[in-house]
Amino acid sequence: MMNYLPGPAETPAVRAVGLTVVRGPRTVLRGLEFAVPRGQITGLLGPSGCGKSTLMRSIVGTQAKVAGTLEVLGRLAGHPTLRTRIGYVTQAPSVYDDLTVRQNLDYFAAILDPGRAAAERRQADVTRAITDVDLTSHADALAGNLSGGQRSRVSLAVALLGTPELLVLDEPTVGLDPVLRRDLWNLFHDIAATRGATLLISSHVMDEAERCHRLLLMREGEILADDTPEALRTRTGSETVEAAFLHLVDEAVAAGRAKETTR
Amino acid sequence: MSTTTTPAPTGALNVARTTATATRVLRQLRHDPRTIALMILIPCLMLFLLRYVFDGSPRTFDSIGASLLGIFPLITMFLVTSIATLRERTSGTLERLLAMPLGKADLIVGYALAFGVLAIIQSALATGLAVWFLGLDVTGSPWLLLLVALLDALLGTALGLFVSAFAASEFQAVQFMPAVIFPQLLLCGLFTPRSNMQSVLEGLSDVLPMSYAVDGMNEVLRHTDMTATFIRDALIVAGCALLVLGLGAATLRRRTP
Repeated sequence: MMNYLPGPAETPAVRAVGLTVVRGPRTVLRGLEFAVPRGQITGLLGPSGCGKSTLMRSIVGTQAKVAGTLEVLGRLAGHPTLRTRIGYVTQAPSVYDDLTVRQNLDYFAAILDPGRAAAERRQADVTRAITDVDLTSHADALAGNLSGGQRSRVSLAVALLGTPELLVLDEPTVGLDPVLRRDLWNLFHDIAATRGATLLISSHVMDEAERCHRLLLMREGEILADDTPEALRTRTGSETVEAAFLHLVDEAVAAGRAKETTR
Repeated sequence: MSTTTTPAPTGALNVARTTATATRVLRQLRHDPRTIALMILIPCLMLFLLRYVFDGSPRTFDSIGASLLGIFPLITMFLVTSIATLRERTSGTLERLLAMPLGKADLIVGYALAFGVLAIIQSALATGLAVWFLGLDVTGSPWLLLLVALLDALLGTALGLFVSAFAASEFQAVQFMPAVIFPQLLLCGLFTPRSNMQSVLEGLSDVLPMSYAVDGMNEVLRHTDMTATFIRDALIVAGCALLVLGLGAATLRRRTP
């Protein structure tokens, strides 16, 4: 237990020291050390298979075999009190296909904020979440009958229920058209600015990186960089985050080769 | 952040979350009327068929019919629960729910409640049909038949939940039906009295819960009052159901590899 508690504004939303995760025979995350500041959008970028999803699952407390220190909103990751404070969207939309959009949200809202006394608050919350993801006209359609992009927005709406302090979104914009992607990014910025929430958003599309306040670049279970997009570009002398990322990858590969030959 | 909702403890059963889960499961089923129709009509159809298969020997119909009234709910609830929870596991909704303040007991009891409601409808219709229209001759109260049928449904739900943890796909889940249910069906005394079986098999049938389900049904068939054997049978079936539900709860992990 901590005997000194700094104010919520001072503790980062997520703090990792020596974070290592083993899945089967593979070490997926190797001694990660980083901090995610509060009230901002942090992008988690890297090629598929680099450990982004595992890191996100560790933060929300659904990943087994997590070693090292991982603090989320001032608590150890997976602490029961965190369950109402974090909104989590998995990569594949996790909603009930045989329920309508509203019925899906009604159920998850009842889990987050149970009881008859809260019914009115829940209903307002559900309506707001549906509006947030722009599905009002589809509220009574079965989730299974929606398009892929619409279903992932239902999944996102579930995470927006109950005004979470931390939103962990695993590739929320995959397969969406440019207009929707822009709208969602506007929504993310709005949530960070007006609701004071922290967002951790993973993506393997580098042009989305420019829309984040901070970036964590990952490769093969390690963090290549932890900085603002601007600082990354200046440091590597690149015009885009994508070029900066490739530059860092080349550096890491070269360093890895040098290490191997000296062995 | 605007509302200061104190998170309810997730250890004990939360009634509101449990009923919300049961309502959700029933809503899912309501969007699938064909499944409901199959679940409710097939037992009735089978009893009807059986009545005329044993047209010449109503005694046999009495005994097999009563046994089947206990076996149907067990099989249907086993199938429905194993598929439903498997889908919950593979669709990611289980991971999402367990990342939320939902207790495992809330989920399991929610499922048991929803399928219990269906089992009541299914058993009431099948029992009513058998007793009042097909001339099934029960000495005891039909309410006791219904009680055993409900306990069997609970046992089926428990078994289904448990085996779904060991199935990676719907194909595997369905294959657990012959693996888990058929041996019990052969050994429960439906085809031949258990005392006539080879002694090892008889011993085996003594530890399988379906034997007591069928035994209980036959007690109601032959006795006007609630016998001590009936109470023992009902308690054993209920106890097995709770035990397996507990095992099923242990297979729900918040953290997965």
